[in-house]
Amino acid sequence: MILKPQLQDLKNIGYYTGKIIIGIGLTMLVPMVIGLLFAEINPALDFLIATEITLTLGLILTRVCFTEKDLNWMQGMLVVSLSWVAATLVGAIPLYLSGHWNSYLDACFDAMSGFSTTGLTLVQDLDHLSYAHNLWRHLIMFIGGQGIVIIAISSFVKGISGAFKLYVGEGRDERVLPNVINTSRFIWLVSIVYLILSTLVLGIVGIANGMKPVNAFFHGACVFMAAFDTGGFAPQSQNILYYHSLLFEVITIVIMLLGAMNFNLHYRIWTGDRREIWKNIETRTLCITIALTFLIVLIGLNEVGSYPRAVIMFRKGFYQLISSHTTTGYMTIYARQFIDEWGNLALVGLICAMALGGGTCSTTGGIKMLRLGVIAKALIQDLKRIILPERAIVEQKLHHLKEIFLEDKQVRAALLITVSYLTLYGIGTLVGMLYGYPFLESLFESTSAAANVGFSCGITTPGMPAGLKLTYIVQMWTGRLEFMSVFTLIGFFIAVIKGK
Amino acid sequence: MKRGISHQLSATSLIFFCGAVCYAQHISSTELINKAKEYDGKTVVYVGEAIGDVMVRGDSVWVNVNDGENALGVWLNKELAREIQFTGSYHANGDRLEIAGVFNRNCIQHGGDMDIHAQEIRKISPGKPVKDEIDTGKRNFTFILLGILCLLLIFARRRGSRIAIS
Repeated sequence: MILKPQLQDLKNIGYYTGKIIIGIGLTMLVPMVIGLLFAEINPALDFLIATEITLTLGLILTRVCFTEKDLNWMQGMLVVSLSWVAATLVGAIPLYLSGHWNSYLDACFDAMSGFSTTGLTLVQDLDHLSYAHNLWRHLIMFIGGQGIVIIAISSFVKGISGAFKLYVGEGRDERVLPNVINTSRFIWLVSIVYLILSTLVLGIVGIANGMKPVNAFFHGACVFMAAFDTGGFAPQSQNILYYHSLLFEVITIVIMLLGAMNFNLHYRIWTGDRREIWKNIETRTLCITIALTFLIVLIGLNEVGSYPRAVIMFRKGFYQLISSHTTTGYMTIYARQFIDEWGNLALVGLICAMALGGGTCSTTGGIKMLRLGVIAKALIQDLKRIILPERAIVEQKLHHLKEIFLEDKQVRAALLITVSYLTLYGIGTLVGMLYGYPFLESLFESTSAAANVGFSCGITTPGMPAGLKLTYIVQMWTGRLEFMSVFTLIGFFIAVIKGK
Repeated sequence: MKRGISHQLSATSLIFFCGAVCYAQHISSTELINKAKEYDGKTVVYVGEAIGDVMVRGDSVWVNVNDGENALGVWLNKELAREIQFTGSYHANGDRLEIAGVFNRNCIQHGGDMDIHAQEIRKISPGKPVKDEIDTGKRNFTFILLGILCLLLIFARRRGSRIAIS
């Protein structure tokens, strides 16, 4: 029997969602201040309006639904999924007010793309966008990458038990430190330290490359936020191609790889345990999949013969491959070149890399390395069972922060999420094909949206059908939250209708 | 004699090139990107607005030029770049430039980037600063929302203190 949700459920969900909305409203003050500093009056007003609307909504929710009760599992999951929808709706307000997005739906598309660290964009005339709006585009990636709810956990959620439910609901099932609040704070500490260092380095490189100092540091901060959070937005319409710099590409590769690493591994590096990086199953799986997918890309590019020299083929191929595998979506080629110049095999290599993603408890999307490692180990175990005598006891170990014996429940969980991702990629492909796009292009764009990558082969444009925009929005949302919160939301609606 | 012939040949080719540039139709960035193979290594005429930074690299300069569809990187001599006064940003409309140069699908000199190596540039129209005049509609809306928010905060504080007392 399905139980109908009680009023207390709604109050808890409304109260905590309201708190998160207030948090988002307050972060809008950052681009507003930047707007004022750069003498951008109207953009500053856009953010003031958005802040006021957001705070009003948040205040109404927290007052109407005021409660002191802690969250249960279902409520925690629902708060997460609804918070992401709310963040998208309010985060899109300043974007829409700027006039650089054709419709509110387009602004919502970019807001979801930003929060989910995807990087697909429908912005118009990006090269004339204000500093304030540009900062907001990147800031929402930074917030979304660490986790919208993590802000709430590290600032206003009091109960540790409720905080853990929110943390898990946001697609993270590992804690770095025993206490989830301290884990959230550690994630922020790591990100802010890297932000300061990388902004300095990218800023200096930018100045050396001939950029104005203000632009160099502004771009440095924005590019870091989008690269570390494996997002893929850039301040200019040409993405990374704007900089025409090998050094810039190398630094962004390093940042993207850092972003693809599990925060637990960052913690180990910070505490001096560097051996863990090489022993960890995620790092090993990532190295293997990068090597394999890069090989496919190279063979594909070589077959097509688009690049005149091997060095150039390596540079272009490797950058796009790392960008796709870390689910960042930074590009040093134009979208259409994927279709016209890369050939089918190289595209398949990229699609595989996008689908796989980076580390768990990182800012990446996609299936993720730990799950892939677990499935591979399970496969080896089953092969051993076939080869070895029947009486032999076959045990399979894997190293992820500690030695773990592989259990069936781990394999089941990994396979469940993997199948869910594959289904999500498939649904998006089907919708794309229903709108008349070719199979490979639809698969490419769908995988890019669902794995939160941000590569586009040209389908994502302001002129694409509204139905496809909505499909990609749902894919980005579902992919980022890794299904459970979204499934809970669907279950909740069923319970509202059918429950007793 | 030989020198005379070479001078004549250079003059003829220069006239031919200028003619080609003058009468050639502007090619859009979309066409260049979509038909990159066709235009690879050819002299093209591209028109667009200089955007972002003029990035000096030794004796040459990178300028990104946006024709309203896409932006393409243009590699040009420092001397030619002197003509550029404004580049497009939130605060300014950049100079509108006509660039005649060699289009490279995957430039060997620049790590495979798609670019144009400019031979000539001409400023079609100068850029200018954009005045950020306050939108009165937005300003008024801000005040209305601020009023609502203040009322709500007062109401919330009163209710909050009542809850605390009870």
